[in-house]
Amino acid sequence: MSVVTELRRTARSARGEKGTPSRRSLRNGDGKAAALFLLPWFLGLGLITIGPMVASGYLSFTDYDLLQPPTWIGLENYTRLFEDPRLANSLRVTFTYVFTAVPLQLAAALGLALMLDRGLKGLPFYRSVLYLPSLLGGSVAVAILWRQVFGIDGLVNQFLALFGIQGKGWVSDPETALWTLVLLHIWTFGAPMIIFLAGLRQIPEMYYEAAAIDGAGAVRRFRSITLPLLTPIIFFNLVLQVIGAFQSFTQAFVVSGGTGGPADSTMFYTLYLYQKGFTAFDMGYASAMAWLLVLIVAAMTLINFFASKFWVFYDD
Amino acid sequence: MTEVHVRPTPTATTLSALADEVPPVQHRRSPWPDRRRSALKHAGLIALCVLMLYPLIWLLVSSFKPTELIFRDVSLIPSEIDMTNYSVGWNALQYPFGRYLMNSAIIVLGSLLGNLVACSMAAYAFARLEFRGRKLWFAVMLMSIMLPIHVIIVPQYVLFSKLDWINTFLPLIVPKLLATDAFFIFLMVQFFRGIPKELDEAARLDGCGHGRIYLRIMLPLSLPALATTAIFTFIWTWNDFFSQLIFLIRPDMYTAPVALRTFMDSTGASSWGPMFAMSIVSLIPVFLAFLFGQKYLVKGIATTGIK
Repeated sequence: MSVVTELRRTARSARGEKGTPSRRSLRNGDGKAAALFLLPWFLGLGLITIGPMVASGYLSFTDYDLLQPPTWIGLENYTRLFEDPRLANSLRVTFTYVFTAVPLQLAAALGLALMLDRGLKGLPFYRSVLYLPSLLGGSVAVAILWRQVFGIDGLVNQFLALFGIQGKGWVSDPETALWTLVLLHIWTFGAPMIIFLAGLRQIPEMYYEAAAIDGAGAVRRFRSITLPLLTPIIFFNLVLQVIGAFQSFTQAFVVSGGTGGPADSTMFYTLYLYQKGFTAFDMGYASAMAWLLVLIVAAMTLINFFASKFWVFYDD
Repeated sequence: MTEVHVRPTPTATTLSALADEVPPVQHRRSPWPDRRRSALKHAGLIALCVLMLYPLIWLLVSSFKPTELIFRDVSLIPSEIDMTNYSVGWNALQYPFGRYLMNSAIIVLGSLLGNLVACSMAAYAFARLEFRGRKLWFAVMLMSIMLPIHVIIVPQYVLFSKLDWINTFLPLIVPKLLATDAFFIFLMVQFFRGIPKELDEAARLDGCGHGRIYLRIMLPLSLPALATTAIFTFIWTWNDFFSQLIFLIRPDMYTAPVALRTFMDSTGASSWGPMFAMSIVSLIPVFLAFLFGQKYLVKGIATTGIK
């Protein structure tokens, strides 16, 4: 079960099973053993995750610079959020990034998975080569490479020069800087591609055989068999990629030299949060920003789950 | 195709029977256009592979070129192999680059230990033990996978600075020892569920407790899942930047990615060569993990991603 389907199932069974005492609760449970096995996880959940979440909720209502004790200022951080033009800009940049990079990357992943499917010779080779960028894409080294490749005298412009075209500094132009990051994200389509490939393999061959016998062409088979049966996996990829893309940081940080520039054009939300929290040490404001991020990500996920009712096809 | 099947007009009821005996239906087109089609497909795929790998190979080749050539030469064949960038880059920062690699390695080792032990323990409980609130805790675990780290990093920073842990590896390792990388719990729960329950039931009848079942049955049978966990932990921790940037401020504690980034600050654009060389050095461990762990990587993503 993927994380997403598992969550769906858990929610559904929690709704359905209420009231009926399960066989489990009558039997002697393994409570003690479970407590032992889960001890590290419970400690982590309390001390590293939930504790800090509560603390961050509190800090978001305070003015705190790490040196002086926090002072309660009520909703001021939150009202500041709405008046901060740089924050509005960072939201615009981040949404633009998420809404272009994620669909384009998934489309590339799906397209390539379809091309590689069904016993294509050399599949393991292609799969490995296309997957490699998604392992390296998150690294600082590749971000540095990207900065050079799209620089004023970088690789791209050297190529363009071969054709007599005078390129520009793609990363230093506010018009194009963000798109180099979108391109970097698309470049890492290998991981979702592998998930699609595995999903395609799960579709029983007999469906296609039956459809072919009935005279369905390739397009029809794709539309009526492949696509519907793949929708749960597209949905899974979409949910996780959206959540991940909202949190992108490293590439924008390195490509812009930590500034989010030029002219704040690559100022991802998380980059702005980092600057507020760990450069300006405006911890209260950063905490409020973090909660706004959680709200946005949660809302996007809920919208995704809600919208899935209209396009995701579940076999079960 | 040489074989010709004589078959009745298919109806819904005969379809499933047919599916068993009829070989895959692909014998409509004549073989020649098929071959041309597949040749075209391979040509397209190879072109795409070259395009995808071009920047990486160019990075490797350029790391052997003098800096001024990097900006003039798009070719993938180096005119000469010059190791100067490597020796200059290795010593360009405050400490030799080996120190940063070592720091990264320490954090990776700690994270490996944590994820392998703590996550597999939690996974055993979720996959095999009956306890109250299991569904609830399982859902909490799933949701924690999707929680943005930013909402906890500020108070974590406050907490760790109160503990005097800033500029140590503890903020980066201790959470892993407490199974906060819940993705791997999930991965192992998936795997454990596939191990036949009869095995642990037999062991129970023989008087084994949960500790022994976990150690002697589940773990040895889960080597593929443990390998997947190890390789992903290795790559993700090695590539991690955000938390290392925040918790490691003194240069002697820098990891490879954090050190690489200061290259950009301190040396400006003039030393792309040495910077490229050290980029390659920092990518080599990930590349090796990819080379030798491919099977587990592919299986890992596929099994946690589908169904």
